[in-house]
Amino acid sequence: MLSLIVSEGKDLTKEEKQRLRKEKKQQKKIKEKKDDKASQENEKEKKPVTSAAPASQPPTQPTPTKTKAELKAERRARQEAERASKQTKKGETGQQAATSKPKAPPSDLQPVVKRLPEHIQVDNPDVLKKLAKKLERQQIPLRSDYGYKVSLFSHLHQYSRKAPLTQQLSIPSTVIHPAIVRLGLQYSHGIVAGSNARSVALLHAFKQVIRDYTTPQNEELSRDLVNKLKPYISFLNQCRPLSASMGNAIKYIKKEISNIPSNCKEDEAKNKLLNCIESYINEKIILAGVAIAKCAIEKQKISDGDVILVYGCSSLVNHILCKAFEKNRKFRVIVVDSRPRLEGKEALRRLVQKGISCTYVLISAVSYILPEVSKVFLGAHALLANGYVMSRVGTSQIALVAKAFNVPVLVCCETYKFCDRVQTDSFVSNELDDPDDLIVTRKGTTPLEGWENESSLGLLNLVYDVTPPDFVDLVITELGMIPCTSVPVVLRVKNVDQ
Amino acid sequence: MDLTPIKKLVEYFRDQMKKDPDMASAVAAIRTLLEFLKRDKGETILGLRESLTSATDCLTGVDSSVAVSSGGELFLRFISLTSLEHQDLSRCKKVMEERGELFLEKISMSRTKVAKLCHTFIKDGAKILTHSYSRVVLRVLEKAAAEKKRFSVYVTESQPDAAGQHMAEALRKLNVPVTVVLDAAVGYVLEKVDLVIVGAEGVVESGGIINKIGTYQMALCSKAHNKPFYVVAESFKFVRLYPLNQQDVPDKFKYKADTLKTAKNLSEEHPIIDYTPPSLITLLFTDLGVLTPSAVSDELIKLYL
Repeated sequence: MLSLIVSEGKDLTKEEKQRLRKEKKQQKKIKEKKDDKASQENEKEKKPVTSAAPASQPPTQPTPTKTKAELKAERRARQEAERASKQTKKGETGQQAATSKPKAPPSDLQPVVKRLPEHIQVDNPDVLKKLAKKLERQQIPLRSDYGYKVSLFSHLHQYSRKAPLTQQLSIPSTVIHPAIVRLGLQYSHGIVAGSNARSVALLHAFKQVIRDYTTPQNEELSRDLVNKLKPYISFLNQCRPLSASMGNAIKYIKKEISNIPSNCKEDEAKNKLLNCIESYINEKIILAGVAIAKCAIEKQKISDGDVILVYGCSSLVNHILCKAFEKNRKFRVIVVDSRPRLEGKEALRRLVQKGISCTYVLISAVSYILPEVSKVFLGAHALLANGYVMSRVGTSQIALVAKAFNVPVLVCCETYKFCDRVQTDSFVSNELDDPDDLIVTRKGTTPLEGWENESSLGLLNLVYDVTPPDFVDLVITELGMIPCTSVPVVLRVKNVDQ
Repeated sequence: MDLTPIKKLVEYFRDQMKKDPDMASAVAAIRTLLEFLKRDKGETILGLRESLTSATDCLTGVDSSVAVSSGGELFLRFISLTSLEHQDLSRCKKVMEERGELFLEKISMSRTKVAKLCHTFIKDGAKILTHSYSRVVLRVLEKAAAEKKRFSVYVTESQPDAAGQHMAEALRKLNVPVTVVLDAAVGYVLEKVDLVIVGAEGVVESGGIINKIGTYQMALCSKAHNKPFYVVAESFKFVRLYPLNQQDVPDKFKYKADTLKTAKNLSEEHPIIDYTPPSLITLLFTDLGVLTPSAVSDELIKLYL
């Protein structure tokens, strides 16, 4: 039945294609629950229902009500299967397949089917197979996970820094531009770190790619260049998962490229693109930083006698503090730092160089020094659509303690870091860094040296965490000061502009 | 040369306030600005805008409430939305005047709109707590009384000017049973009341409000008692401020205009307003509708961006 429908692929309507997709998903789920006899019975129930659906749906008939009835029957059958298999469910794999399924029926009635992104489905072997196939097609090596993963985070990738992706590449690589290879190495080794720095480096690398690009015969620049960029993006993703700001920058570039008119000459088009990227960096990152600093200083968010607490190294927060110091505001800074990255040391260096008086503590002492603090300034990696702030791990802890002490928390973030995603916890989507970073040698001994040999020991090196909007008092963007709950309003206004 | 129009302006403003004591100070300020616009003999639009800004500044020098400055800013924005379309200055001015009159009309209706929205939240037999003298709250209670609802009101005395007594008298004229309580008795009386309604001098970007001193502790107590805390305010009171705490509210709003001019050491003066953060407010009733505190920022973005 299935093969028949597949051969008629081109003649299927959108509804039928979605039904096909749903069928395939159901087949996958059924394969996973092979041990459960109850689900096998339901399989027989489901198959006639789903195979009846495409057969009984001629594309000419407008059948919205029939679709709903079919969906209801399928949903009921699926719910029974889930209920029956609840006792033998295998943790996340079962849950994920189940969560992706109830998503499918409501979205069938809408044109877009939302799927879970592949980078948070690492424990689903089918998703991994798909990814491997895609990378094979793009001729990019697949990076393998390293070490034992803590079960709560087994759905995320965990790579080792000692095994960079470039070792599996042939140098010079014919598929990937050398600037991108270099960038990927810089990302995976942490040489380029920090949301703004990564985005700017990415945009500069793309500029180099565009400069060296020549349109092949019988191809259009607008389509071919986008296709050329796809394997680069996969490669960079393998080196280190893309940040939200990088994602937005890439969307912008792809849009600009595809908007190039076909009658445009190659040199002109390339110049236009280079200018676009240059202006994006200028407007969204550099000038936005200047505007945010101006807003923070003029609206008296940094006043004389203030004691400001900062966490880690945020380029934007450092910029604001330096500018305020230049305007002769009298304040002192407390830099909070945490292992294993110890990024606070870099922030401390930059501030002390300017002449700002600083104190340095580790995050374990934050409840000790908070009574002295008058304001907390935090940077952000991304601002999510429900008002949650995604930032370096430890940020939500500081926001929580500050709230308990009634100290105002200010987040500084440019609008290009606002993303459409919604997340309420730090587990669903995160990044796992190299677990070997947690190993430290003190007084000649390395306690965690042989951690791989301990079967029940897992090392967790989380990179990001998510802070709820109740802990954040104010977000300073280049559009002005907004409460955390107004992030979707800004996103909406931006979408209207575009 | 520039002083006499300003002096006349201030006189006109004071006259307006005396003529109709029921009118909000911001409305009087906007009327004054409109009059100023009509009398202005400037030659350029930029000059006009500058003189209007300086007029607003001097009005805030007379009455330092938040509402006057926010009303003035909004008036300026409202009329200048069309200023670039016409070539001729006099035509431009005419259009600005018309829009100014329109704006005035809209905001004079705003109190009625607010009363219409809010009175349904007052149930029969309700006990209401309110703070100091607010004309908007008075209008809401008038409407509720007109709808034949039976309710009783507790008013705080609200020192240092005992404005609460004024409110109590006005309510007695409406035949509403009213009790005046001390400011210190708010926690005591809260277990008896069903809801708290206060006015606002200004609504800030975060969704919090600036109001007569004593509002913050009333809000804190009602949160502790789980009683709804409602704020009634007209939309011209929305102001582009974002205080993080009490200290962050600018000095020019905290003290009366005369105190600002004469006091030698401001830190020894007692502030007359305080800031209530949005987490303590249940709902805001405005002429733009019934808003949650987080929706205020949305409305402000629409108004200003």
